[in-house]
Amino acid sequence: MPVISVRDLQRVYHMGDHEVRALRGVSLDVEPGEFVSVTGPSGSGKSTFMHIIGALDKPSSGEYILDGKDVSKLSKDDLAGVRNQKIGFVFQGFNLLTRTTALDNVELPLLYNSVRKMKASERHKRAMAALDIVGLTQRFHHMPNQLSGGQQQRVAIARALINEPSIILADEPTGNLDTRTSIEVMGIFQRLNIERGITVMVITHEMDIAEYGTRLIRFRDGRVVADQKITHRRNAADELAALPPPEPDQMPHEEPAQQAH
Amino acid sequence: MSVFMVFRIALKALGRNKLRTALTMLGMIIGVGAVITMVALGTGAQAAIKEQIKATGTNTITVMSGNFTSGAVRMGEGNSSRLMAADAQALRALPQIQWVAEGATTRQQLIAGNQNWNSQIQGTNVDWPLIKAWPLKFGQFFTEQDVQSAAKVIVLGSNVSDILYGADVDPVGQNVRVRNHVFRIVGVFTAKGASSGGQNQDDQAFVPFTTVQKKIQGIQHINNITVSAVSAESIAAATEAVKVSMRTTQALAPGEEDTFRVLSQDDIIGFATQQSSTMTDLLAGIAAVSLMVGGIGIMNIMLVSVTERTREIGLRMAIGARGRDVLMQFLVEAIVISLVGGALGILTGYLFAELAKWLNNWPAVVPLDSIFMAVGFAAFVGIFFGFYPARKAAGLDPIEALRFE
Repeated sequence: MPVISVRDLQRVYHMGDHEVRALRGVSLDVEPGEFVSVTGPSGSGKSTFMHIIGALDKPSSGEYILDGKDVSKLSKDDLAGVRNQKIGFVFQGFNLLTRTTALDNVELPLLYNSVRKMKASERHKRAMAALDIVGLTQRFHHMPNQLSGGQQQRVAIARALINEPSIILADEPTGNLDTRTSIEVMGIFQRLNIERGITVMVITHEMDIAEYGTRLIRFRDGRVVADQKITHRRNAADELAALPPPEPDQMPHEEPAQQAH
Repeated sequence: MSVFMVFRIALKALGRNKLRTALTMLGMIIGVGAVITMVALGTGAQAAIKEQIKATGTNTITVMSGNFTSGAVRMGEGNSSRLMAADAQALRALPQIQWVAEGATTRQQLIAGNQNWNSQIQGTNVDWPLIKAWPLKFGQFFTEQDVQSAAKVIVLGSNVSDILYGADVDPVGQNVRVRNHVFRIVGVFTAKGASSGGQNQDDQAFVPFTTVQKKIQGIQHINNITVSAVSAESIAAATEAVKVSMRTTQALAPGEEDTFRVLSQDDIIGFATQQSSTMTDLLAGIAAVSLMVGGIGIMNIMLVSVTERTREIGLRMAIGARGRDVLMQFLVEAIVISLVGGALGILTGYLFAELAKWLNNWPAVVPLDSIFMAVGFAAFVGIFFGFYPARKAAGLDPIEALRFE
């Protein structure tokens, strides 16, 4: 059974008198364990598509089945529940709460989890486990401003993982990162995808980032114009091993003096 | 989401920006603090005034001669000469009345050796020190015998004694001259301070009222009667009884105007406390304005905070916060700010009241109801001024909010 199944998805915005048809009938299925890269020029409808897939927005018409459940006609509050349970968001700008430790940031979705309430100790345990997956257990008490961009994005990935969602939805996850950190972050997505079978959808306009996926979907003018398997998939782990080690001054937050409490 | 979680999230959000939280609270602290301090000082002043008036004598009722009309000319109050010793005598028979003192007053020059002093000569009787609950420093008060015989004996107020003989000198047995009469000093009162009317009660000398009538002034009437009720509770009944008795002894026909005026201590306390409570209300009103300003400050900061935290709100919504979760968070933030600010304000107000007490010897009492009022108002301010920003936050579109720069 596909994780995501959309049929003839349409989204029309009304801007005053004229209509903007952002999506003009999109139909596709995403199977569990796929790593889908969504690309397209700006205005192609890929952002609108992502908002609907992420349950942030509702389609004007069409059907969206997420995990066997039709979510296209849910109320606002129910959509919030879907976002909490089924979707793990990763954003370009990380969107971590400032002055909040990595651990508390990762825990945040658990606080809004109304299906499964848990004790503080269990929340801590799960958040620590999620930080472990992204390799940041050592920095659980660090504030975002004490972490590098790549580390912040890893905290955001841990946060996306915490409620064990059906799919991780990453919107330009490497947009604010340099090449090396981009590869690191894409490496984490690949690892989660290969080792844990987590379904990943990355929205990007960079082709080289898209090539870390297994499937490429290209949008143009509100339609899917290409949907193909990626034949020469890039492997982040191998690329990272081939890169020279980072210079010490590029790791500004590694010194013990920075580990302020 | 549970209430506990809402509080947890709101408190964490407040803790994330301690300076902003503290500054917002400051408005509430100052507002509530000002109200508490003002009410405390006002209430304290009221209590002190009551205490002072009580100190002038217990359960006292004063009967004063009224205005008298000569032809069509109405004279002022106290000018009537219709108040007689017989009126006082009738009051003695009333069961609600404990002590009765006739009063005949005049102002005279007191001469002792090479010193002299112009003072109030209060003609009265032996009940006077009992009515006023006023102990003597030296000697004794004059006796019933002295009143009967219009004896030339005098009891000095402490100021008068100090001026004529020097401080802490016992002048009992010495003579003082009033007009052409030589009075023997039989006693000196302890210092009592000002009366409720502001008159210095220690600048007085007391002689039998009969002596004032016969020896000093040559009059038949008296100026006033001071009586005391048997208890504080019976003062209203006693006042009524005095009025009835007075109308009888004054032989007034029904419907005829009173020839006297009866003033109870309750009336005097009433006037004084009315004044001070008006003052308290005024001050509390001014302080309440600062509470209002504090509330608007909260709304202002919360509105700025909503704008500033748009991305945070978007993020919270993206990871599963419903509109009402965000609404509750911001509302609880506002309420926590105003309640904690209110509590600190109560503490501040209390400290300032204590400070005023200590610095200026001002009486200050923090009444319990003012605390409840302040807490209630603080909660109201939090909900009222917090609701609009909270609703604004809850109404944000997550997509727009996440895109917000």
